[in-house]
Amino acid sequence: MSAPTHHTKAVVAHTHPEAADHEHHGPTVKMYIAIFLALCVLTIVTVVTAKIDFAHVLNNQAMGDLASNVVALGIACTKATLVILFFMHVKYENKLVGLAVVASVIWLSFLLLITTSDYMTRVTDWHLFTK
Amino acid sequence: MSTPHHDASHHEEEENYLTHETTIQSWLLTKDHKRIALLYLLSITVFFTIGGFFASLIRIELLTPAGDFLTSELYNQAFTSHGVMMIFFFLIPAVPAVLGNFVLPLMVGAKDLAFPRINLASWYIFMAGASCAVLAVLSGGLDTGWTMYPPYSSTYSQSRVTLAVLGVFIAGFASILTGVNFIATVHRMRAPGLTWFRLPLFVWANYATSLVMVLGTPVIAITMVLLGLEHVFGFGFFDPAKGGDPVLFQHLFWFYSHPAVYIMILPAMGVISEIISTFSRQKLFGYSFVAMSSLAIAILGFLVWGHHMFTTSQSPYTGILFSALTFLVAIPSAIKAFNWTATLYKGSVVWETPMLFAFGFMGLFLIGGLTGLFLATMGMDIHLQDTYFVVAHFHYVMVGGGVMGYMGGIHFWWPKITGKMYSQFWSKLSALFIFAGFNFTFFPQFILGYMGMPRRYHSYPDEWQVLNVMSTMGASILAIGYILPGIYLAHSIFFGKKAPRNPWGATGLEWQTSSPPPPHNFHETPIVTTEAYDYQSLPLSETPEKEGGHV
Amino acid sequence: MSSVATSLQHHFADFKQQKETAVLGMWSFLIQEVMFFGGLFLTYVVYRSQYPGAFALASAQLNVNLGGANTIVLICSSLTMAMAVHAASKGNRAGMAGWLLLTIMFGSIFLGVKVFEYKEKWDHGLIPGIQDFGLKFDHEGVPRPTGFALYFALYFAMTGLHAVHMIIGIPLLLNLAINGLRGKYGPHYYTPVEMTGLYWHFVDIVWIFLFPLLYLIGAHVGAH
Repeated sequence: MSAPTHHTKAVVAHTHPEAADHEHHGPTVKMYIAIFLALCVLTIVTVVTAKIDFAHVLNNQAMGDLASNVVALGIACTKATLVILFFMHVKYENKLVGLAVVASVIWLSFLLLITTSDYMTRVTDWHLFTK
Repeated sequence: MSTPHHDASHHEEEENYLTHETTIQSWLLTKDHKRIALLYLLSITVFFTIGGFFASLIRIELLTPAGDFLTSELYNQAFTSHGVMMIFFFLIPAVPAVLGNFVLPLMVGAKDLAFPRINLASWYIFMAGASCAVLAVLSGGLDTGWTMYPPYSSTYSQSRVTLAVLGVFIAGFASILTGVNFIATVHRMRAPGLTWFRLPLFVWANYATSLVMVLGTPVIAITMVLLGLEHVFGFGFFDPAKGGDPVLFQHLFWFYSHPAVYIMILPAMGVISEIISTFSRQKLFGYSFVAMSSLAIAILGFLVWGHHMFTTSQSPYTGILFSALTFLVAIPSAIKAFNWTATLYKGSVVWETPMLFAFGFMGLFLIGGLTGLFLATMGMDIHLQDTYFVVAHFHYVMVGGGVMGYMGGIHFWWPKITGKMYSQFWSKLSALFIFAGFNFTFFPQFILGYMGMPRRYHSYPDEWQVLNVMSTMGASILAIGYILPGIYLAHSIFFGKKAPRNPWGATGLEWQTSSPPPPHNFHETPIVTTEAYDYQSLPLSETPEKEGGHV
Repeated sequence: MSSVATSLQHHFADFKQQKETAVLGMWSFLIQEVMFFGGLFLTYVVYRSQYPGAFALASAQLNVNLGGANTIVLICSSLTMAMAVHAASKGNRAGMAGWLLLTIMFGSIFLGVKVFEYKEKWDHGLIPGIQDFGLKFDHEGVPRPTGFALYFALYFAMTGLHAVHMIIGIPLLLNLAINGLRGKYGPHYYTPVEMTGLYWHFVDIVWIFLFPLLYLIGAHVGAH
């Protein structure tokens, strides 16, 4: 959480060029292009790996499905992280913005994990409970 | 809080936010958070009246065991309209969008909310959503219950599902934008010296509420989209015939709608913290615990939604998890209740109207909260699910808690909002009527529910008539209690005694500016040097006796 | 400079506070966007885990290479958006407007491809509730498995809402370009450009997840 912001009219003059302190460690064009290229390469990699039938390669349906999902979602998460950190400047913003990103991931996982825990443990044979 | 104290008489001659512009345009295009709060106040009062009208239809029908006053179809529409209006268009915006909107920027010493234009937009979005819902009610009604469970709502209902779904979807964004505005304001707009742990607890409560609004409301929005697609095009998300699962709708629905209960109750708890401290003239006992318990309720509130689904096909193992987490919510709620009680201990308790509502809140919310624990117990819930016990429980929380807090807040800040004092006699009478009428209405429903009377039916066996008649009588007293404030508050605007800057001898920055406040709240940015509720730092002239708090 | 001075709203003490507030507000809004799409992702997870075979079979109806190319188009638009914000921070008006127009162009190409794909679904009768003969039987008259239609219901809900976000974004970008050329933004004040940029990148991220979840899960089925 941030310290209280002390803002009075008196400090307006000093803080006027808001971008000044950003320039030193801010993003550069070179870096944007590097991120862009990384995103393109990852897109191609994910398309190519998706065409591989891992179940066939590993000779196991369940492991194969898991492998495809892990690769595809791992690449997607990497791409999203690159966009968030560099294109969306989270790397250069204060910690509060990072906290917002983390909070959204945590809340999304509440929704996904708790609900899927229901679907994974549903009881179809109530015999166990009625004994 | 020590701030430069202006001469009160100097302020009285100045123009305030109500008088500096008076055209209709200046109201409809205002970016002033105080005026937007009043726009919200007027609109939610209308929706409360509509919701109350349907409540009275329900109570008249249940006066006799036979379903004779309304047909079953009309009865379905009556309880659905009552629920939709009261929940989405009254309770959810009540404290945050009216009181929070008005008071929060004043409390943090800001000139306005962070995004004034978005604040105005949120009111228009709210009104657009409300118009859809009102139109749905008027043009044929909605008979699905406010919960809109499929497959009834998606496949079978012939009523105005699409319009109602659209209304709820749109109104959700008003709530989200209010939340975004509050979060940014609390983080970035606090006056110099106003650290997090110097914030009034009403600000903490609204901050926690805003987190729930931003994290939860979008889920109901997407749920409404899915339900709309299902109802109109038959997409099949919740249709077992197409491989879908109706229980998934309930997961999505309650992921928002359970936390929504905390949108209704948390800010009301914030109001109660302010009132209890002010009228016992004591620093709130356990300030940081009360502040943190708001956040704890906001977070835990997201992990308990499945307790609405114990009797569905939901896994009993997940049910156990939800049940256990639900019990945990009792801890932060109890922290609040105990700290309020401890604040009263050895305080100089003054029995002003807002304090009466606060006492009402404490008693009713206690019953509402504890009966929630009955329902969180899985075995017990099998017996009580969908009975009047549940109806009584959530009315004790949402009306006994939420509405009492809202009424307390309205009476607490009314002198600040309008610059006028209302009648002490009539307002105390109203508090009494509401408290008594409420208990008469809903306590019998606990018994009815325990005996097995199911909700949402327009007829019942003869042996339950006595308790139902009691309930309807209580509702009539309650109605008088709600009509009274409409009269004496309106009266006070025109004939009320002029309110001083700080009629209650309260701390908090909102009481340091004139009543009503100037257009930009403060003439100079206040600087905060003390903790919240520091009554020692108030000048002697601001004790309530000297400024005429007793009328 | 007068236009820049007036862009400080009365209730802020200085530009720094105004900008930090806007950034926090925008991120709070994006959190709600995450949860908004979150409901769709949950629906997807639940039904895909119930009908993995039907989902893979249905996914194989999509054109992976076209989807991949469209993903690259969207990534291009994210790069140009980032460049537009960069140009704005340097006070380069023409550059900013140019990059924004490029962003609009890539966004429009993406939507154009989407229209083409939707048209294909229409032709094959894969639109639930509207044009759904292909969801009941394949072209040889074999009934589709349970869950096949649910995949397409999700496909249209997810890509449709994603497209709606882009359709909202494009006029915003156009407005920025016009205001930028009129000199409304400078190195001291370009917050609207930055905020719209955050929104645009977010829409890109949604697609980054939609692409593998919708297009790639059936890619190996088509390979056989």
